[in-house]
Amino acid sequence: MSETRRDAVLSVRNMSMNFGGLRALSEVDFEVRKGEVVALIGPNGAGKTTFFNCITGIYAPTEGEVLATARDGKTRRINGMRTNLVCELGMARTFQNIRLFASMTALENVMIGRHCRTREGLFGAIFRGPGTRREEQEVVDKSYRLLQKVGLENVANEYASNLPYGAQRRLEIARALATEPFLLLLDEPAAGMNPQETLELKEMVIQIRHEFDVSVLLIEHDMKMVMSLSDRIYVMEYGRVIATGTPAEVSADPEVIRAYLGEESDA
Amino acid sequence: MAAESFVKNLKKSAVAALWLSFLTMPIMVIRVDTVEKTIAWRWMHLVWMLVGSFVFALAWHFLMDRRDRGGAATDANVEPTPSRFAVWLANPRVNRPLMALGLLFATAFPFLFSVYQTNILISALIYVVLGLGLNITVGLAGLLDLGYVAFYAVGAYAYALLNHHFHLGFWAVLPVGGILGAFFGILLGFPVLRLRGDYLAIVTLGFGEIVRLVLQNWDAFSFGPSGVSNIDRPGFFGITYSVDQATTYIYYLALLGVLLAIFVSGRLKDSRVGRAWLALREDEIACQAMGIDNTKAKLLAFAMGATFAGFMGVVFAAKTTYINPASFTFMESAMILAIVVLGGMGSIPGVILGAFLLMLLPEYMRAFSQYRMLLFGATMILVMVFRPQGLIRARRKIYKVNINTVDKA
Repeated sequence: MSETRRDAVLSVRNMSMNFGGLRALSEVDFEVRKGEVVALIGPNGAGKTTFFNCITGIYAPTEGEVLATARDGKTRRINGMRTNLVCELGMARTFQNIRLFASMTALENVMIGRHCRTREGLFGAIFRGPGTRREEQEVVDKSYRLLQKVGLENVANEYASNLPYGAQRRLEIARALATEPFLLLLDEPAAGMNPQETLELKEMVIQIRHEFDVSVLLIEHDMKMVMSLSDRIYVMEYGRVIATGTPAEVSADPEVIRAYLGEESDA
Repeated sequence: MAAESFVKNLKKSAVAALWLSFLTMPIMVIRVDTVEKTIAWRWMHLVWMLVGSFVFALAWHFLMDRRDRGGAATDANVEPTPSRFAVWLANPRVNRPLMALGLLFATAFPFLFSVYQTNILISALIYVVLGLGLNITVGLAGLLDLGYVAFYAVGAYAYALLNHHFHLGFWAVLPVGGILGAFFGILLGFPVLRLRGDYLAIVTLGFGEIVRLVLQNWDAFSFGPSGVSNIDRPGFFGITYSVDQATTYIYYLALLGVLLAIFVSGRLKDSRVGRAWLALREDEIACQAMGIDNTKAKLLAFAMGATFAGFMGVVFAAKTTYINPASFTFMESAMILAIVVLGGMGSIPGVILGAFLLMLLPEYMRAFSQYRMLLFGATMILVMVFRPQGLIRARRKIYKVNINTVDKA
């Protein structure tokens, strides 16, 4: 790939990930530009979630470089950076298998997202001075506003485990947004949703991108959603990127068709 | 429907009773007298066994049915709606006067009851604080700590040794005990940062034993199994007082400790730090992915819990005036953990109730002291089957949203 473009918020160069003898990702080049919605698709086991884990610090990639450009305009190398620092930098993610804090309320789940943007410590918590109280109230109000954005304000005080599936997905997005990210990473946000819910989710992602000025990188299997939502698509198979381009380019690519539909055994 | 299940339960209970009676017949009914060379057949025992096990089985099935009809309440992942009693109790117009009444009673206690009773209550109060301390580590942050008593021992020995060698007073050592507790908490925290669940439990268990064994065997440092005696009672502006007065004084210190512990853990529970602990307990990976520094949160939880134990160790040493390693066995750790689990993990009123139940009931039921462990075990089983969340379930705070600022935005 060519030189990193100036408006790239995330650029991955030549990244590989080995688990022992297994090469899960091999020489992946990847780029997300400012304000873009980029989709990462591919058959099961292609390495999409591994890719997510590599760029969010859960795994340290074996080779290659991951560069992130935060809102302050500085570009940092984030391979193997601690997960919480990656999040603090401004890359917030959701999980394929929902990972909410079950015994906390919906509002509190979002408030957790504010953790890295607030400073109150142990003594502040015990003595609860005016500064602490102001910060607490700000956290509550901002979190509530985010719940309004994803349409969950009516269940703010419900426990996360009591929410229906679709609501849990939206709550995860709200929680990620609470960390004030520049890049939102969604791991199969529409999994298990019915067509109506998927459509609403799509509208929500478009609105969020506009309103919070974030770039979005999503892994998704729902092709209708991917094709209509994303600006660019990366297709992975067996840990390699096999195609890149606009939805129209990718869907016409013979390699992609082969990966998804299989090869004809006999011509 | 109800009658049908009742008949089914009757049948099940009858079968269970028959089986149990049959199985226990050799020991319950037949008695061989080897001196007289006779065999006594005690058939009445069989009848008792049959009736007793039948009634017990019926009651058990009835309770199980009732529990299962509760449906969602048994599923640990689904939060049930609170009972009417809990709602009534949560009303500030009800619980404020109740709390005031309790406090008044606690304040007047040493004047109403004997020194013996006061001493019992001091132990219970110390365990309330220990329970609240462990509640931070286990209940809020979800870090299963089976060596908690080590921090208690650190506090107690800090006072005993500093008093013995340097004649330092209670008030001078009290903060030292707390700080040493926190230090040891962090010391334990570092090597176990990467561990969770069972592995963490094993390492903390080992840590508790190491501390006890060091105290037991390092004669030059801690006087070994014979312990430290003649520890000074807490001073009060240089005034000398009798043993009875000292008991009253320590009682108030312990009470103050409880109030402080309630205040501090209550504040922490609903703060930024407390929420981070809860998130850590619920899902470590998601917690870190949401920008929380796991390392910091874990160390803080260990240190905070250990601080409570360090403070109480100093109070304990001052109360008994004599300590030895036998006071800090694994049994104590297990007891404190039982207080937290029985009362309700993460629930402050639950832990207080648990501490009083587990500390006071054995004292006041000395008539059954032979069966103490049996009753203890049975109680634990019953609580875990019927109320797995503990006696009082922890509830989360409902935060007040400032609607005005929300609308403006």
